[in-house]
Amino acid sequence: MAAESNGAANQPGTADQGYYRHDTPQQDLRVIGKPLRKVDARTKVTGRTGYADNLSLPRMVYMKLLRSTQAHARIRSIDTSAAAAMPGVVGILLGSELPNQFGILPVSNDEHTLAIDRVRFVGDPVAAVAALDEETAWAACRAIVVDYEPLPVIGSPAEALATPEPRIHDYGDEGNVHKYVNLQFGDVERGFAESDLVRQDVFFFEGNTHLPMEQHACLADYDKDHKVTIHSSTQTPHYLHKALTKVLAMPASNIRVIACPNGGGFGGKSDPFNHEVAACAMSRKIGRPVKCSLTREEVFHCHRGRHPVLMKAKIGVRKDGEIQALDFESHLDGGAFGSYGVASTFYTGALQTVTYQLKNYHFRGARYFTNKAPCGPKRGHGTVQPRFALECLLDKVACDLDLDPAEMRLRHLAKRGELTANFMRIGSMGLGECIEKVVAGSGWKERRGKLPFGRGLGLACSSYLSGAGLPIYWNAMPHSGVQLQLDRSGLVTVFCGSTDIGQGSMSVLAYVVAEVLGLDPMKLRIVTADTDLTPVDLGSYSSRVTLMTGNAAMQAAERAKEIVAAAVAEKLEVPKSNLVFADEHVFDAADPSRRMSFAEAVIAAEAKFGTVGTVGSYKPPRSAARFKGGGVGPSPSYSYTAAVVEIEVDPETGQYTIPKIWVAHDVGRSINAALVMGQIEGSVYMGLGEATMEESAYRDRSHKGKRVFLHNQPSMLDYKSPLAVDMPEVVTYIVEDHDPNGPWGAKEAGQGPLLPIMPAVANAVFDAVGVRIDTNPITPERIFAALQSKAKGGEARFGPSDVPAVAWPEPRVVPPPWEGGDGKEVASDAPAPTRSGGKG
Amino acid sequence: MSPHSESPTPAKQLGVFHVNGETHEVAFAPHHTLLEVLREDLGLTGTTHGCELGECGTCTVLVDGTPVLSCLTLALEVAGGADGDPRPIETIEGLADGPNLHPLQDAFADLGASQCGYCSSGFMLTANALLRDDPAPDRAKIRTALAGNICRCTGYVKIFEAVELAAARLRGEARQPARETLYGS
Repeated sequence: MAAESNGAANQPGTADQGYYRHDTPQQDLRVIGKPLRKVDARTKVTGRTGYADNLSLPRMVYMKLLRSTQAHARIRSIDTSAAAAMPGVVGILLGSELPNQFGILPVSNDEHTLAIDRVRFVGDPVAAVAALDEETAWAACRAIVVDYEPLPVIGSPAEALATPEPRIHDYGDEGNVHKYVNLQFGDVERGFAESDLVRQDVFFFEGNTHLPMEQHACLADYDKDHKVTIHSSTQTPHYLHKALTKVLAMPASNIRVIACPNGGGFGGKSDPFNHEVAACAMSRKIGRPVKCSLTREEVFHCHRGRHPVLMKAKIGVRKDGEIQALDFESHLDGGAFGSYGVASTFYTGALQTVTYQLKNYHFRGARYFTNKAPCGPKRGHGTVQPRFALECLLDKVACDLDLDPAEMRLRHLAKRGELTANFMRIGSMGLGECIEKVVAGSGWKERRGKLPFGRGLGLACSSYLSGAGLPIYWNAMPHSGVQLQLDRSGLVTVFCGSTDIGQGSMSVLAYVVAEVLGLDPMKLRIVTADTDLTPVDLGSYSSRVTLMTGNAAMQAAERAKEIVAAAVAEKLEVPKSNLVFADEHVFDAADPSRRMSFAEAVIAAEAKFGTVGTVGSYKPPRSAARFKGGGVGPSPSYSYTAAVVEIEVDPETGQYTIPKIWVAHDVGRSINAALVMGQIEGSVYMGLGEATMEESAYRDRSHKGKRVFLHNQPSMLDYKSPLAVDMPEVVTYIVEDHDPNGPWGAKEAGQGPLLPIMPAVANAVFDAVGVRIDTNPITPERIFAALQSKAKGGEARFGPSDVPAVAWPEPRVVPPPWEGGDGKEVASDAPAPTRSGGKG
Repeated sequence: MSPHSESPTPAKQLGVFHVNGETHEVAFAPHHTLLEVLREDLGLTGTTHGCELGECGTCTVLVDGTPVLSCLTLALEVAGGADGDPRPIETIEGLADGPNLHPLQDAFADLGASQCGYCSSGFMLTANALLRDDPAPDRAKIRTALAGNICRCTGYVKIFEAVELAAARLRGEARQPARETLYGS
């Protein structure tokens, strides 16, 4: 078995050493775990948060972007003369002025600030206008005349394959295929041969978008010292800093990026964006501060949301449900630019292995360029779509084998401390407890399969990263840095590059430092996300902040504690090891009357050592995955979630309601229980939106003989998202399986709990009315169609039937740990590429 | 802003706005919305915006005590001038009593009902109007009252619980959050 043979290959076994390193008993913690207010809670509830659009400067002007009306076209000419002549217009910027390209990934720097000779989707920015007021800027944009020469529109992966020319980009694996991936871990054919049941299904997960309540905004100011400062609603100020350096062709030291508190992000503000670069360039050009605030429609065009993914999954299992082999294929509709897409493609194959034991695994993925708003990372980045497919597939397998889907999963859980087939290192693993909680809470054993027709329960599980193990650009430096300044007043200021997007990262910094130094977190000063002032943190993405900045803050605070303790020990004539930091004092544990206030302690330290400041940093452990592509998926730890959804379906119409959801999430350790609750409930909500209604789809019509290809719903009226009246009752369980790599054992909470919701809804539909919905969102129309099909003797299912045929490149062959693999690829003896898929 | 006759921006006019008990005389463009006057002319940026099309509820303020979407309300409709007195407007900046938070603000802060905080002003003002009308609304009534405000962070659960907590405290009860609200079941 995988688990048994796994141990010997699991060298060097670092995960076993120091397990529960931070396993401090809860009662000894004064701050960690407590449901405290966020440090910025009063600011938030009084309306005083400094979102980017709230800022203004003297002489500030307003910038608007003219966006393409064409899905795919060459630009013959741009005439700005009428716009330039309009009173109130102070500047116009064109793409030719900014030839350097940018993009979040070094492998796909494929974006121009403004289109130079080609537009690639409706909404692609073409020109920027600055004016004294917004209305004039808009009017001037409308006065710009762009002469387009239309090009063939590529609207889907199938069209991308069928239309290698014209290429949307002049790079990529071939034609309009951005990226192919083919990774083989073990022998899936042998696995299928050793299986009692083999089944294959095809799934489709429609794209959707983040829809943060705050539209992106920024304010750029190029000053007389040739330095530019930009305040922006970005989740990744460090990456924006790098992109600006490249496009503006300015020294990084002359660019200051300040990330404002984000009014929600969910991944939608993690790319460097055109409007941010253009605002800086415009400010440099006209010598005035430039504000750019996007409309909601523009936010839909910025997108970077969930990729639409078509998937084929073939699974082989023994009678008891043990998985022998999984062959997984994903086809991602990438939209017009690279964005995070290469990483997204790998992510659609990365985490299938971390929940249940899986001996042989083959993953193939392809990402296509299409003339749509670019897709990118949304909460659960790239792992959401395959999780939907896998959890629906497992439900079908359990049904075929007449097993309880919960029992089947429990029996074959991946094991803590072990390496998976694709060399992901599992740390703490509380999925079993999560399943048990939701099974008990929902009355699963008594009610599943036994409720009246039309009512049902569905279960699904998932896992997510606590931070990407590798940075976006290759470097050997820390992923997160924290600097502490101890003032003689007793004030501790925490400097860190991390960005608060509402998840509470500023508060996490305060809680960690306060816990170590025995302080009140509300009395610390937290300075974040300012490239002039704060050490680099890579950004608020991949659920990395609590673990990585938490560890960095802990290290900085421990070092500060050392310095202060040395001075106090001398002053009080007490052994250093006897000193306790608590309640804003430092005291002798043996005789608590021998004490100093923390402020006095800092004075003693400053007198003895000089100005007191420390730094801390964090870099994830080295990954065991050494093969090309193995950089996506490794994480210091994985969170786990299980959910049960209860559903009531009207079999006549397919309409349904979800009265109740039970969710259990293994967060390792709650740094703040109330904030963890909020992250879990918010994830369940967003997953429910994805399951029931949200889709970023395109309208493909012909008008007067011309193809019209437009975003179907670039407004909040048409893009449906759940309202207060749509939210079911949610019963939440926090499971704490402390992880050795997290601060006090903490793992992530912000993304993982979204993942099981969609497949749990699909599985609940099956329990209720006996049809499978293999396409997400699970709309009443799709349920109705499946019921109709079943009634007519057809498939009791709604979903796609096949995937495009692709000439896959040869696989990278990586023997799994139990076959003696060392995480590197070996020479492939695989046959020449063959065409797969049924329909050609 | 531009006085030029060729400008697409028409001339401004004077009006009086009664906001949070204070009176302000403002020169504003007649086609501007209450949202624009609050944020841009009065600097009251606690009223945020999510769509400017009346779709999300983020910009909700109270006019005559009733929740309205400030992005769909012409400033002219609420301004005082030759034809009448200004209508009373309440924004988030007027909810607290000096340094003392309103019970809704306390409850939102205590429960983490304000995550990114961007929609919070609209939610608290809508909830305040509800609680003035009904000091003890049940969950169903709270849901319905808040159905015009979209929140993408919280899943609404903590917001419902915060409104219930604030309602109890406003009724004079010494209510504390339930354990499962803060720690889970």
